[in-house]
Amino acid sequence: MSVTTPLIQLKGLGKTFQSKDSAVTALDHIDLEINSGEIFGIIGMSGAGKSTLVRCINLLERPTSGKVLFAGVDLSTLSGAALNKTRQQMGMIFQQFNLLMQRTAVGNICFPMELCGVPKAQARQRALELLELVGLSDKANAYPAQLSGGQKQRVAIARALATNPKVLLCDEATSALDPTTTRSILALLKDINQRLGITIVVITHEMAVIEEICQRVAIIADSHVAEVGNVEDIFTNPQSQAAKKLVYPEEGKPIDDFVDHKHCCRIVFDGNSSFEPVVASMILECREPVNILFADTKNIDGRAFGQIVIQLPDDPLAAKRILSYLRSRESITVEEVDNYVV
Amino acid sequence: MLFEASTWQMIGVGLLESLYMILCSTLLAYILGLPMGVALVVTDKDGIHPIPVFNSILGFVINVFRSVPFLILLVFVMPFTRAVVGTTIGSTATIVPLVIGAAPFIARLVESSIKEVDRGVIEAAQSMGASTMDIIWKVMLPEAKPTLIINGAIAITTILSYSAMAGFTGGGGLGSIAVNYGYYRYEDDIMLVTVVLLVIIVQLFQEVGMKIARTTDKRL
Repeated sequence: MSVTTPLIQLKGLGKTFQSKDSAVTALDHIDLEINSGEIFGIIGMSGAGKSTLVRCINLLERPTSGKVLFAGVDLSTLSGAALNKTRQQMGMIFQQFNLLMQRTAVGNICFPMELCGVPKAQARQRALELLELVGLSDKANAYPAQLSGGQKQRVAIARALATNPKVLLCDEATSALDPTTTRSILALLKDINQRLGITIVVITHEMAVIEEICQRVAIIADSHVAEVGNVEDIFTNPQSQAAKKLVYPEEGKPIDDFVDHKHCCRIVFDGNSSFEPVVASMILECREPVNILFADTKNIDGRAFGQIVIQLPDDPLAAKRILSYLRSRESITVEEVDNYVV
Repeated sequence: MLFEASTWQMIGVGLLESLYMILCSTLLAYILGLPMGVALVVTDKDGIHPIPVFNSILGFVINVFRSVPFLILLVFVMPFTRAVVGTTIGSTATIVPLVIGAAPFIARLVESSIKEVDRGVIEAAQSMGASTMDIIWKVMLPEAKPTLIINGAIAITTILSYSAMAGFTGGGGLGSIAVNYGYYRYEDDIMLVTVVLLVIIVQLFQEVGMKIARTTDKRL
């Protein structure tokens, strides 16, 4: 599909929740373009406003400023009935699945088709096809209470696809699922994106979800878009503070211990096996962070040559533990270096 | 045999009259109360079609009727009852105050049942382009069905006790027998029998209601 105009355009979108004596700004001046056929991720910490953002795309939340264009049409100008018609072109799935508890899997998938007047037999036929697409053919007559979380989300996906929407909005769709189920649901989303060419917007707080299926990502922080770009670029070179926080979640506190390179140690690789991850095992074993000041190693025919200089923690006991660990490895030579200069 | 055949026959007629009153009143009270209960939820300021002014007025009217004790309401609406039925005594005449007394109560019961429907499911329906009417008919009522039925059993028992109160104003049914024989004539044995019958009716409706609710509820 050639990309001419984006499927979804958010222009200067803002949402403020007004309560009696205060106003909370959930979104402020959001500009985003989501192209046809792509899997677009929106990531942010809890409370960043990403759930409000996805609800603004189908106007479940009315933006207080700015515009939402869907296939070029400004949604806020539509009447109630026209908006409902447009919403039939937008599927949505949720963290809590939101299935009708008193209807079977097939009944749930038929629901959106009933809303737009598809004849019963035809709707049922399509529902069964969709169940097959999501891999749940054998659960057609099961009620949601009889299904596992992953199965419920599959039914929800089938239901969202029933009216052949142009876009599938996923609001924390995997956040209530265990890691294995999450992977299988993500694989399913990727599969339907490729098979049906449907645009998918994924809202999540997990970087792993973005990494797994998205092509482009927007990072939302403090009601703003902090960064937009290809997932690869943002992963390899995050620019904004918010992006860095998401990509390197551990790197929060600065390590004061390493301000001046007082106590260092040189590890020399002199041609023994390079398969042993020396520094990594050392950190795991000693549970102490070290600072790599210098590294130049080569792998020649499976043998490691070169050297690494690491800075040891100030705590003498920790330093001692690291040194004795390193000395116990046979593949390397270790020497202490004081006041190493980079 | 405790009583003469004619007494048993009287009790039998009373039983039938009671059933006639409570079933008709329940039906009519639901015809009024169900839409009111739905309207209370839908037009609420956080509802799917907010009309706050209408909602406050409706809530106020319901509260007014709910706060009038039934025995007083019974007397208070007598002119209206006479205008509708032509008389104020007998079981058919009792249906009028029963409906007026029970409909607001039912409206509140329906409101609480429907409020229990998961907000997320309603949101999902909205995301699929469901109109307000679609949501009422296809989401709220079917999803709330089990609690609506349980609350229906509560409504029936309340109406039954109201109908027994109507015995004091010549309402007919088991209530009248209990009042006329037990209260005015000190025939405690007849009163005891009517009370036992009332208890059985309540048990029956409650049991049946629970059973239906349980078998229709797919949440398991």
